[in-house]
Amino acid sequence: MQLCDLTIHQLKTRLEKKEITSEEILDSCLGRIKEVEPDVRAFITLLEDNARNSARLVDKQGNYRGLSGIPYGLKDIFCTRGVLTTCASRILENFVPNYDATVAGRLIEAGGIMVGKLNMDEFAMGSSTEQSAFFPTHNPWDHSRVPGGSSGGSAAAVAAGEIPFSLGTDTGGSIRQPASYCGVVGLKPTYGRVSRWGVIAYASSLDQVGVFTRDVADCALVLQTIAGHDPLDSTSIDIAVPDYAESLQNDIKGLKIAYPREYFQQGVNDEVKSAVVQALKTYDSLGAVIDEVSLPHSEYALPAYYLVATAEASANLARYDGVRYGLRDFSAENVVDMFSQSRALGFGSDVKRRIMLGTYALSSGYYDAYYLKALKVRRLLKNDFDRVFEDFDVIAAPTAPTVAFKLGEQTGDPLTLYMNDILTVPINMAGLPGMSIPCGFAGGMPVGMQLIGKPFDEGTIIKAAYAFEQATSFHLARPGLGVK
Amino acid sequence: MALTIAEVEHVALLARLSLSQMEKEQLAEQLGAILEYADRLKKLDTENIEPLDHILPVSNVFREDAVKSSPDREEMLANAPMAEDGQYKVPKII
Repeated sequence: MQLCDLTIHQLKTRLEKKEITSEEILDSCLGRIKEVEPDVRAFITLLEDNARNSARLVDKQGNYRGLSGIPYGLKDIFCTRGVLTTCASRILENFVPNYDATVAGRLIEAGGIMVGKLNMDEFAMGSSTEQSAFFPTHNPWDHSRVPGGSSGGSAAAVAAGEIPFSLGTDTGGSIRQPASYCGVVGLKPTYGRVSRWGVIAYASSLDQVGVFTRDVADCALVLQTIAGHDPLDSTSIDIAVPDYAESLQNDIKGLKIAYPREYFQQGVNDEVKSAVVQALKTYDSLGAVIDEVSLPHSEYALPAYYLVATAEASANLARYDGVRYGLRDFSAENVVDMFSQSRALGFGSDVKRRIMLGTYALSSGYYDAYYLKALKVRRLLKNDFDRVFEDFDVIAAPTAPTVAFKLGEQTGDPLTLYMNDILTVPINMAGLPGMSIPCGFAGGMPVGMQLIGKPFDEGTIIKAAYAFEQATSFHLARPGLGVK
Repeated sequence: MALTIAEVEHVALLARLSLSQMEKEQLAEQLGAILEYADRLKKLDTENIEPLDHILPVSNVFREDAVKSSPDREEMLANAPMAEDGQYKVPKII
């Protein structure tokens, strides 16, 4: 095993003992990047020289605290000072922010080594990373398949051993679904747990920043670094952040785990279902209390989500007008044409479709029938979860209805592609924390199990995930290294 | 049911998006299909349900009204497609 295949906590131990240097870790990662990147294509921007300078500086200081000396990548939705930030869109293809997103700054302060910016679906709208305006990313387990999306580059890079961790964002499943498809750990924290300042907005009442790692201990470590109140983000909540390392314990006797029957219907693939059922049996054998529950409004989550998300997107994306930054059509003779033509040139077809849908849902005469209705359904969805959490600690379900699909397989009908998010969007609608962890394989492709927690109770899902990981070995499987 | 081309053009104007004839026809179909899918929400009785505007129990987050340093003007303008005399430049409005 090479250094680039190790977890953060393994690397930290060896750094602290001075057995290895940060530059050696970086060399190993860059070697892997060179080897796999022609096939995987996870990175939009690589910062080899910057990363090397940072690694040398950390080694010179020799103080390996926090994430010092650990390489990472950021989804290209996080603003990074002096570094191209495209959101995988033509409209931002030359955008270089003059500030860092709060979380990007926290990783720099923690001593992490930023290796590059990762591919995604344009403006985080999509489930396959095929909607990137630049190129698609490929699944490291099978290059003919998608890595999922929208944070597909973030998931693929961690799965392929290019970097030990990355950050992504999750509006309707954009961390958990690619984590599931790529066989890595992906956490979407509670809405309000992590600052979104400097993160390019898609749907502001749903967006949340989260983490990709190769195991649960690493996930806890990175969450610890990025979680907490930020005065610059009025939706980040000023409450204490617990010590997540304390959740890394095996004893889950008596932990109450619910599985919602609706999440095992709705066109969920049989092999996916049986992998998750098997995982529930593992929990049973570990002493957890397992029971079936109902989340009766589940079937309404996806249509309500698409109305809320696109309505908010249509407002958020109004800022791309060719005036202050981004692409401009210089041929336009008046201001309105300049707006309309710049946007037409800069946005891809799915982004245009969502802006149109959202504008329609907010327009005069349709607001009550669509947007307001969706907000009422959102209340019903949240009530469903609140009721279950009166009696249970965690909800377990498949993360996605299938394993990773083939590139080009789902580019025709937008509704078919939207169905990939059917098991993840309800969690965003309710603002809850959700995590996907590897729980099996179907036809050689990884399957993810989703663990959903109470608001701000990331600790309990980390605990449940850690206990499962200790009892199984799915998280040790690596693409190309065979399934153990 | 598909939207009419006139409806698509109205929404496109609101969204400040110029669309080709082909895009308009495609969007009329696709938006129609998505809205038809969304219509299943109408099956639910939500007469007495409060809309959920915000998932967190917070409102009106205030800060001190204190003077702080602002981003550097030249740095901000560096991303502008056109700037002149420290300001953004756009085609003539009036």
